[in-house]
Formats: sequence, structure tokens, C-alpha cells
Amino acid sequence: MSDTIKTSNFSQEFREEIFEEPGADKIALCFNCTGCSSGCPMTEQEPEFNIRKFLRMANLGMKDELLNNTYIWYCTTCYKCQERCPQGVHNVDALLKIRTIAVHNGIMLPVHKKVGQLVVNYGHAVPINDATKEKRKKLGLDEVPPTVHSFPDALDEVKTLLHIAGFDKIVAKEEEEK
Amino acid sequence: MSKLSFFLGCIAPNRYPCIEISTKKIMERLDVKLEELEGASCCPAPGVFRSFDKTTWLSLASRNIVLSEEIGNDILTVCNGCFGSLVDANLMLKEDAALKEDVNKMLSEIGREFKGTQDVRHIVEYLFQEVGVESIKNAVTNPIDLKVAVHYGCHLVKPSKERHLGNAENPTFFDELVEATGATSVDYEDKMACCGAGGGARTAVLDTTLHMTSNKLDHMVAAGVDCIVDACPFCHLQLDVGQTEIKKKFDKEYGIPVLHYSQLLGLAMGFTPEELGIDMNFVDNSKFIEKIRGGVK
Ligand code: SF4
Ligand code: SF4
Repeated sequence: MSDTIKTSNFSQEFREEIFEEPGADKIALCFNCTGCSSGCPMTEQEPEFNIRKFLRMANLGMKDELLNNTYIWYCTTCYKCQERCPQGVHNVDALLKIRTIAVHNGIMLPVHKKVGQLVVNYGHAVPINDATKEKRKKLGLDEVPPTVHSFPDALDEVKTLLHIAGFDKIVAKEEEEK
Repeated sequence: MSKLSFFLGCIAPNRYPCIEISTKKIMERLDVKLEELEGASCCPAPGVFRSFDKTTWLSLASRNIVLSEEIGNDILTVCNGCFGSLVDANLMLKEDAALKEDVNKMLSEIGREFKGTQDVRHIVEYLFQEVGVESIKNAVTNPIDLKVAVHYGCHLVKPSKERHLGNAENPTFFDELVEATGATSVDYEDKMACCGAGGGARTAVLDTTLHMTSNKLDHMVAAGVDCIVDACPFCHLQLDVGQTEIKKKFDKEYGIPVLHYSQLLGLAMGFTPEELGIDMNFVDNSKFIEKIRGGVK
């Protein structure tokens, strides 16, 4: 990438917001050793995904470039980078914070929104299906597990919490736009 | 007799109930009482929900913990994701009074309160630290003669500061538990590598994550293993369903059986493959089942 970086686009506010996350402020101590990115299993598959670069961008406050970079959703959160950083940067937690800021700016992958909607509707990110009900019966388990799936009051509690947190609105947005 | 709440999560009860039943069977044999955590929800999945909105993540996680606090039990998870989510939330709320107050404001709307009285455990670390390798060996009636690729998964050991399970680059506790069943834990290249599923990556970029999985499977095959043993239903899904996806997308067939540790130990305790649902994977395990029927010493 040889695009010119315009310092006028840097957002100090964005940088500070990320630095609120415990351990993310250590990004300021990063000396670019590449310890995080060189061992990253996702970078091995997709070189455009580069945790070191993303955190450098965060340190500069490159808000728009980061939030609209689809690769921020590629991290598997394996924590290998965070374990290895000699400067104690909480690499993964910082990236998750960047994702959070993206979500609160209305940027979210449609497939992730769907997973969110499953939790809003069923209390499970992976709800029961017929094939599994059959397997459960064969194994001598109740057809439906004793989770929110079996207790409507419990599901109501989950829905109440998601509503107070505003999560139902976050994942509902796209449907309204359609 | 020890007593724990069995936190099911999503993937175990709703895709791999074999893990749920196997856990119940082995814990009963080991004299650990499991109580159902009625009305529990998604943990919620850390990589996804924690990325979306920390308050949302904490509210659901704390509710799950509170359900167990109310019956005075520590929580048992059989999933690295649930473990990571609930351990992290529990720790944050125990250490940060202001955060706890915020979360309790939300919980008061459903008539609950987080107190911070209980701990969150993962079946593998619980068996290692509380039951002990010797007791497991004593519970084995049918030693298993298999070469096993142990897959720790990431969130069982990392971030290591919050897990207190020692070295995350080269741990041995899971291998010791596997070998307690009579099996051999075979070393393979890049053993601690991630399966590829976590952080919402499987949902976002399936094919890319399958390349990671495929690398891992290549290394296991090169080491000549009979099966994989893992500690997490999500890794389990990526490694098992993943093989069927890799076959379809990249025309590459592995046919490696994937077992959760509860299933391996169940076999060594004399339960049949069917009782443990080893025939219920998405990969066809029938040859493997024949082999263990004939080969169990
Ligand atoms: S946590 Fe994410 S960025 Fe870090 S090594 Fe793993 S995949 Fe790469
Ligand atoms: S490992 Fe730490 S210090 Fe090194 S480049 Fe990555 S974030 Fe910077």
C-alpha cells in the first residue's frame, strides 16, 4: 500500500477511546518488533490481515481506515500475539475494542448481525435443530436442553437484559435499513 | 462428594449432545455431582459478543454466573469459549467494583444480583487440578490403545495471566490426562495452533479459517494419529464439520475421528462408542469404532 496518509484525518479521540481498554494504552510502547504479526496464524493465510499494522494505525488515530477495514473481523482471538508481545500490549483486547467502536458506528458484517439476532430471539448463538433433537433422544437426554430453550421465563430475562444493553437495536439496524 | 453446576453453552447441547452425555457419565463415575443450570443462555460467545458490545457480553455472562451463585455451586464448562467468557467476566466483576455496580443495576431489572462468590472451571483443568491424574487412572477399566493428537484449543490456556495453568506455549496437563486413559499423546508440528473457528472468524470468513484447519489436520496426519482429542465443542465443530467442508470446497479428504476428552475417558471407563455418541460426528467414524471395539485391551 503506497497511499498517502493524511495527518489531518487522524482522530485523537478515537485513539483515546481505544486506550480506555485495559492494556490497549500499551500500544504507545510498541516498538514495531513484529512479534505479534509474525506468529499470527491468520496472517499466514491472509497477509492483508496484520495485527501490528492495525495497532499502529490505532496509535495514529486512523479511525476511518480502521473501522472500514474488513480485515478487522478476521482475527480468531487465539491470543498468540498477546502472549508474546514483549511490551505487554493487549493486542487482542485492543482489536476487540476497535470492533466495538465499529459496531457502535453502525459497521458490522451482516453474518455477525444474524448471530446476534439468534441470541436476541433464542438466547443461544447456536439454537437447537431437529437433527440434534433426534441425537439427544437417542442418547437418552431430554429432546430440548434445560437451558433458556426449556424455560420461557429465563428467555424473557435474557431479552430484558439485551434490551437494556441496547443490543437488540444494534443487531436490528440492518433490517430497518432494508 | 464435590458438586458443580453444569453449564452447557450452545454448541454442546445443540449440535454435539454426545459431549453433554459423556460428561455426565464420566463425572458420575468420578463421584463429582453435576447439577443442571436451568435457564442458562449462550455464555455469550466472547470473540463475537465481547467485540460487539462489552455491556451486552457482561450482562448475559453475569446472569449465567448468578444462576450458579444462587444454588451455591462453582460452574463447570466443557467448552473453551464458555470458559474464557465466564472466567473473564467473573474476574472483571470481582475486581472492578464500579463495573460490578453497573452490571448489578442491569441485573436488578430481572431481580438478580452478582455477588462474586463462585468460580468458573473447565472440565480438563478441573480433572487435572481437583480430581488428579492418579484418580483418573484408577477409574480406567478399559485402557485405550490409540495414538492421539491432543488439541488444547486457545482459550483453555490463553490469556495465560487469567488462566493460571502455566506455560501457554508448551503445556502438558491435557496430554497427561489423555495418557491416563492408556492412549499415547503424539507430538505434531505446531501443536498449539488455533483450529480457526474463534473470534467470529468462522462466521465471517469460513474458507480462510478452513485453510487454517486444513494445515492443522495435515500436521496431525503426518504424525500418524488415530484420532483427535479436544476440549471444546467449537474446536470440535471446526475440526469435524470442517473436514466435511474441506472435502466439499477443496476436494481433500481426511476422515479423522474427533473426540472430546469426556468421550475418550468414557471409552476407557468401559462405556460403548454408542453410549458416548462417537457415531454421531459429521465425519463417518464407523471404521474407527470397529477398530476400538476390536482393539480395546
Ligand atoms: S489473536 Fe488474532 S491477531 Fe493475534 S495471533 Fe491470533 S489471529 Fe493473529
Ligand atoms: S509484539 Fe508488541 S511491541 Fe512487538 S510489534 Fe507487536 S504490539 Fe508492537
